[in-house]
Amino acid sequence: MLSYTVKRLLSLIPVLLGLTLIVFFMIRAIPGNPAQTILGQLATDEAVAALTKQLGLDQPWYTQFFHYLGGLFTGDLGESLRTKSPINEEIWPFLAATAELAFCAMIIAIVIGVNAGIISAWFQNSWFDYVAMILALIGVSMPIFWLGLMEQWVFAINLEWLPTSGRENVRAPIETITNFYILDTLIQGRMDQFWVVVKHLVMPSFALATIPMAIIARITRSTMLEVMKSDFIRTARAKGLRMFWVVYKHSLKNAIIPVLTIIGLQTGLLLGGAILTETIFSWPGIGRYIYDAINYRDYPVIQSGILIIAVIFVTINLIVDLLYAAIDPRIKYN
Amino acid sequence: MKQRKGIWALVLMLLFSLALVGCNKSAGTDEKPADEGDTAGETSGGQLVFGRGGDSTSLDPAVTTEGEAFKVTKNIYETLIEFGDQDTEIHPGLATEWDTSEDGLTHTLKLREGVKFHDGTDFNAEAVVFNFERWKAGNAEQFYYYNSQFGDKIDSVTAVDEYTVEFKLNTPIAPFYKNLAMSPFGIASPAAIEEFGEDFFKNPVGTGPFKFKEWKENDYITIVKNEEYWQEGLPKLDEVIFRVIPENSTRLNELATGAVDLIDGVNFSDKATIDANPDLQIFERPSLNIGYLGLTSTRGPLKEKLVRQALNHAVNKQEIIDAFYAGAAEPAINPMPPVVAGYNPDVADYEYDPEKAKELLAEAGYPDGFEMELWAMPVPRPYMPEGQKVAEALQKMFEEVGVKAKIVTYEWATYLEKANAGEADTFLLGWTGDNGDADNFLYVLLDQDSIGSNNYSQYQNAEVHELLLKAQASSDQAEREELYKQAQVIIKDDAPWIPLVHSTPLLAGSAKISNFLAHPTGSDFLANVEIQQ
Repeated sequence: MLSYTVKRLLSLIPVLLGLTLIVFFMIRAIPGNPAQTILGQLATDEAVAALTKQLGLDQPWYTQFFHYLGGLFTGDLGESLRTKSPINEEIWPFLAATAELAFCAMIIAIVIGVNAGIISAWFQNSWFDYVAMILALIGVSMPIFWLGLMEQWVFAINLEWLPTSGRENVRAPIETITNFYILDTLIQGRMDQFWVVVKHLVMPSFALATIPMAIIARITRSTMLEVMKSDFIRTARAKGLRMFWVVYKHSLKNAIIPVLTIIGLQTGLLLGGAILTETIFSWPGIGRYIYDAINYRDYPVIQSGILIIAVIFVTINLIVDLLYAAIDPRIKYN
Repeated sequence: MKQRKGIWALVLMLLFSLALVGCNKSAGTDEKPADEGDTAGETSGGQLVFGRGGDSTSLDPAVTTEGEAFKVTKNIYETLIEFGDQDTEIHPGLATEWDTSEDGLTHTLKLREGVKFHDGTDFNAEAVVFNFERWKAGNAEQFYYYNSQFGDKIDSVTAVDEYTVEFKLNTPIAPFYKNLAMSPFGIASPAAIEEFGEDFFKNPVGTGPFKFKEWKENDYITIVKNEEYWQEGLPKLDEVIFRVIPENSTRLNELATGAVDLIDGVNFSDKATIDANPDLQIFERPSLNIGYLGLTSTRGPLKEKLVRQALNHAVNKQEIIDAFYAGAAEPAINPMPPVVAGYNPDVADYEYDPEKAKELLAEAGYPDGFEMELWAMPVPRPYMPEGQKVAEALQKMFEEVGVKAKIVTYEWATYLEKANAGEADTFLLGWTGDNGDADNFLYVLLDQDSIGSNNYSQYQNAEVHELLLKAQASSDQAEREELYKQAQVIIKDDAPWIPLVHSTPLLAGSAKISNFLAHPTGSDFLANVEIQQ
C-alpha cells in the first residue's frame, strides 16, 4: 500500500507538468495582446512594449514557461495584474470560501444521494424508488439558476427561515482566522455566529448539491441492484441475517467503489463549477474570482486559478484511488 | 476493522449533517433580533448596507476608471470642487473660492482651513500640490483620468501660501473646475501615500465623511463615520457597508428581506413590484447617459451617409423604451442628454419611417437591402439593461426595411477590444458622463482624436474636430455652447450612431431611508443619508 501510494504520488508529477503546460498555452491562445488589454486603449505603443517586456511576453515560450514553473516551485503564483497583489495571498480567502461550500454540498449530496440510492435498490419498483428516481432525473437536469432563485423566494422571502445570500451577516461581521467561517466561529467560541454561518450555508449548499446528489443516487441504485442479485447476498439472507445489515453492510461495501469514483469526480467538478451558485448566492468564491479575472484579462490569476483547481481535482482523485484499496481488500496495487 | 471504520465515518457524516440541518431549522428566525441587539447598543446613527453588482478594484480613485470604485471613494475622499446634490454644477469643496485669470491660463484656489485627513495630518496647499505632482509624474496607464482631463495641459501647481494653490496651464481647459470635481481627483493624504506605497489602494486616507475600515474582496467594504469631519453634524450614519451581490434578482431579494437597505442596478422590469411594496421605495438617478447603436463608418455599406441615415429612420425608439426600460428613459436625439449645457434642442430626430428608410437605401444603391452584423452587449448597463433583447428588437426593425442583421456577441473585454478596432458593423454601447460637460460626450465619444479610445464608430469629420477643439480651448461658456450646438447639427446629419435612449437608472431602498439623493455621475454622497432605527 505504501509503495503504491508513493508510486501514485510520483506519477502525479508528469500529470501536473502536463496540466501546467496546457493551462499555460490555453491562456496564451486567448485572442488579443494582454499588455494592450491591461493598459487600455489609450496606451502608447512604447508603454505596451514596455509592459510586454515586463510581463516577459517578448521571451520565447519555453523561457516563459520555465520561468513560470520555477515560480510555482517556490510557491510564487505570480502577481495579479488588476490588484498588483501576490496571487498566493489573494486567492486563499476565495479558495476557502468555495471549499467550505463544496464540502457542505458534498456531504449533503453523499448522505442523501447514497441513502436514496440504497433504499431505491432495496425496495426496487416501490413508490419510493419511483419518486426518488424521478426526483433524481429532475435534479440532474435542474437549472441551478432557477433553483437558487426559487430557494430564495421560498426560504428567505416567504418563510424567512434563511438569509438570502452571502456568507455572513455583514452588519455583525466575523473575524476571520482560517477563512473557513465554520471553523473560525468555533475557534472563537461564537456559537451565535456559528449558526449564522450555517444558515448562510444551507441554501447554496443544497443548490450546489442537487446535481451530484442526483447522479450519486442513480449510480448507487444501479450498482446496488447488481450486487444484491449476486450469490453471496442470497446466502447472507438465507443465513437469516437481518435485511438492514445485508443491505448496508454486505451489499454497500461491494457496491461502493463506482460510487466513490463518482463522488471523487463530482467533488472536483464542484470546486470549479460552483460559479453559478456563487453568483446567485453572492458567495465570494474562487469561481467568481476567476470569472472576474477573465473579464479583466488578468492572465496570471486565470492561469493560477485554473491550475489550483486542476491540482485539487487530481489530488481528490488520488485520494479516491487510495480509498478503493482501503475499502475493498480485493484491490491490491502491485 | 478498517472497512468498518469507513462505514462508520459515513454514518457519522450523515448524523452530523442531519444535526446541522435540524438545528438550523429550529434556530431559524433568531438572527434578526440578535442583529438589532448588536447594532442598537453601539451606534446611534445606524448602519446602511448598500448592495451593488460588483466589487471595487481599487480604493485609490486616481488609479481607476471604474464606477464601482468611485461609489466608495466618493465618501472617503473629497475634491477641491464638488458637484451639486443631483447635478454637475460646481460648488465649493475643499476649495472655498476660485479665480481664473483673463487669459484662462492661471487658476487660483483658496482652500478650506482646519480640515484634517483621517490620519490626523493637515489638509493644506502642500497636500494638494503633492497629489497633483503624484498624478503628473505617473503615466496614462497609471492615472488615466488625470491624463485624459489634464495631462500636459497643466504646466505647474504651486502652493502660494498655506491655503492657496495656483494652477498654471499651457492651454486653457474650459471644463477645468468641472474636472476638478470628478471623483478621480479626490485629495489623498500625502503621509498615507508615502507610508503605504504600492498598497495605498487598499488603505485609503482622505478627508471625507467616512473612514475606511475593512475590505473583504468580492464580499464587502466597510467605511465608518469620520468623527472629525469638518461639516458639523455629518455624516448622519455611523457605518456604510458596500456589499457585492452580483445577481440583480438576489439583490432585490436581499432588499426585500431587509438584509440590505439600498441597492442599485434595479431591473427596469422590477419597478412595478417595488412600487407596490410599502416597505420599499424607488430612487431615480438623474440621467446623464446615452445608449446607442454605433454605425461603424469605415465598414461596407455603412460608409455611405445615406445608409446610416436610412437605418436611423428604421428604428422606433419609443417601442424599445416601452419594452425594455419600463418607460424610465427618453428617446435620444443627440449624442448627449439634454441636461448637459450646450445641448441643441433644435436638432430634429430622424422620424421613425420605414418607407423613408427604404427610399434612402434605394438612393444609396441598396434597393434590396444588405447584410450586416449587429453586436449585442453581453453585460447589462443602466443605459442598456438587456443588450441581447434590444439587439433582437433592432434586428426586427431593420428587417422591415430589408436589412438583414446577424446578432453577434463576445465576452465583454473582447467585445470592446474588437469594436474599438472597428471590427463591428453595428454595435450597442453607451456612456455615462463623468463631469456633465459637453466635451465629456462629444469630444470623448465622437472626435477623431478619440478613435482608438472611446470613438468606437471610427467617426471622422474635420469640421466637427475643429469645432470641438475650439470649444475645448475657449473659456467663454456662451461661445462654447454655441460651438457644441453647431457640432451636434453636423453629427446628426453624418449619423455615425443611432442614438437610442437616455435612461434613468433606478435604485431601490428601504422605506426607512431618508435624504438619499442619487447623483447623475453614479457616485453617491452618503453623508446626509439617515436611516430610521
